[in-house]
Amino acid sequence: MSQDTNRKKLLEVKNLKQYFNVGSKNEVKAIDDVSFDIYEGETFGLVGESGCGKTTTGRTIIRLYDPTDGEIYFDGTKVHSLHGRKDQLDFRKNMQMIFQDPYASLNPRMKVRDIIAEGIEIHKLANSEEEVTARVEELLELVGLNKDHSSRYPHEFSGGQRQRIGIARALAVDPKMIIADEPISALDVSIQAQVVNLLMELQKKQKLTFLFIAHDLSMVKYISDRIGVMYFGKIVELAPADDVYNKPLHPYTESLLSAIPLPDPDYERNRTRFAYTPRPSNGEEEKLREIAPGHFVYCRESDVPGLQEKLAKY
Amino acid sequence: MENILEVKDLNISFDTYAGQVHAIRGVNFDLKPGETLAIVGESGSGKSVTSRSIMRLLANNANVDSGEILFKGEDLIKKSEKQMQKIRGSEIAMIFQDPMTSLNPTQKIGKQIAEPILKHQDVSKEEAFKKAEELLGLVGIPNPAKRMNQYPHQFSGGQRQRIVIAIALGCNPDILIADEPTTALDVTIQAQILELMKELQQKIKTSIIFITHDLGVVANVADRVAVMYAGKFVEVGTVDEIFYNPQHPYTWGLLSSMPTLETSGSLYAIPGTPPDLLNPPKGDAFAPRSEYALKVDTMYEPPLFKLSDTHFAATWLLHPDAPKVTPPAGIVARQNGFRAKQVDLAPSSDLTKLSGQDVEIDQEQGNLSVDEITTERDSKGEVNEPRY
Repeated sequence: MSQDTNRKKLLEVKNLKQYFNVGSKNEVKAIDDVSFDIYEGETFGLVGESGCGKTTTGRTIIRLYDPTDGEIYFDGTKVHSLHGRKDQLDFRKNMQMIFQDPYASLNPRMKVRDIIAEGIEIHKLANSEEEVTARVEELLELVGLNKDHSSRYPHEFSGGQRQRIGIARALAVDPKMIIADEPISALDVSIQAQVVNLLMELQKKQKLTFLFIAHDLSMVKYISDRIGVMYFGKIVELAPADDVYNKPLHPYTESLLSAIPLPDPDYERNRTRFAYTPRPSNGEEEKLREIAPGHFVYCRESDVPGLQEKLAKY
Repeated sequence: MENILEVKDLNISFDTYAGQVHAIRGVNFDLKPGETLAIVGESGSGKSVTSRSIMRLLANNANVDSGEILFKGEDLIKKSEKQMQKIRGSEIAMIFQDPMTSLNPTQKIGKQIAEPILKHQDVSKEEAFKKAEELLGLVGIPNPAKRMNQYPHQFSGGQRQRIVIAIALGCNPDILIADEPTTALDVTIQAQILELMKELQQKIKTSIIFITHDLGVVANVADRVAVMYAGKFVEVGTVDEIFYNPQHPYTWGLLSSMPTLETSGSLYAIPGTPPDLLNPPKGDAFAPRSEYALKVDTMYEPPLFKLSDTHFAATWLLHPDAPKVTPPAGIVARQNGFRAKQVDLAPSSDLTKLSGQDVEIDQEQGNLSVDEITTERDSKGEVNEPRY
């Protein structure tokens, strides 16, 4: 994706902080001053190891948590100052989430039809029972399931099919943006590709915006336009997907990339992994700085010339 | 080299309320000393059942219908539970997928590492604990003397998996079975654990059976690879043969459905889902999901065709009379690289059959008429043009 300044920012995250156990001695800075924007119609990938804060970021954006500090703007309105049932409903209609575990995220006591119809009914998107049913059937077909499936319970489906039900539920209210939190990591390889293709196809058809959270870097690279790499609550590098992979600047990104095994024995025999050790602070301010247009790295002012040189060498 | 383990025509089924599930349907393989064999496949393909049957850790409703598991020439299936207890943890050890649940949360880890040593070796308690401390250092846990007295919850996931490895290596096993040992771990930790396993394998010369669904990990650790589908090995070969000269459409599908750094456009996805092993399909189990299925695939099970001394694949596409198909573009690129490297590779028309059960198939079905090996698909009656 080109860095088109005319593109509309759908989501703006500004200096987001999310601390847990504030004030106690085991205070956790799950998100520590994170800022990024997501443009309309793009897929933004968030990668990092477990515990780096990527899931917390997604959950804070959709307002499952209230942030310690910072602002989130969705479509120009501040998400966390929405009061009143109507505003909150509006927001939730426009932003939906697909969860990691397709076994735990569907109510086992509800039929598929009711799971998908719940959002339609809450948001009063249909005028009659028949309309709801028709919409549910349309959604099931959209995600590659059969309308006969609507009278079944979740336990009757495989993991990949359940994830499709989760996707249909998210799409039911016609959202603008979907947060997908590790939507494929619980699935088998052959099914992963099916679900990823479905998500990309839906994005094209419905002009959706995605925040795609995952630890599987090769899949994130494949699906995302831009990627943010998170480490201990901070975004350490943010760039277009190809640049993160081919021109990594932050040593943590390099270390993460060097750890991915690829299905290529020759490459594997020669791959060397570098470990990442954070350098001690020297008092100089560290923040996300733009090294090249659209390519941000968490660094010190004094690092910038060196990083620019590094980028030029790629 | 003599094989340390030989599995012959293994068939395992489970009694369930819905009927008999044929989880393993005629698996043959052998393991040489010091090599790493990776078994890849989707969940439900039977890779864990295969490994657990070697340890004799199958659930009560499992039946070994036929077959032999020869470990150093002795059939493990015929061993009594008492005899198995002597082998488990000493000669054959296992690392499980989830390091969070495979350690006892109420015991200090020193005791847990020393336990198999005390059980299987004639040593005093002090010696066993000393050995345990050495092992803990060996797997890269700093300050082992102090860490011996800590509980599992005081360790991170990666450290716990290192402890599990230390327990498994306590008695210098001849075979180490690793069932998805890194699936629950992050990539960076996964890389460390894989490096550790390879390093330790060099040191103690153990054979490893590595079970995983991650082809990247396979490329990293394996000497030989077995691709498993619906309870059968559909393709077996050296790591280079499987990754650079794959022959089975399922292997093609697996390799194509993983994005590489160059992948763009639509990702290849294997359509459909694995078959229900309550009623295993007739013929080639992968045929309903395969774009390359032939009419014969719905009628007869393909035998393992031999491509080289180490490379076998069970697909009718390798039959001399089968039509030539072009694999997906990514696979062709892989194969071209392979051919360039090995110019003297035997042409794929040199197809001899494997011994054992296949000889039987040879007699019954070997002389298939050309008509049966056509591109027509039986069920739909439409010409099956390969699509990709």
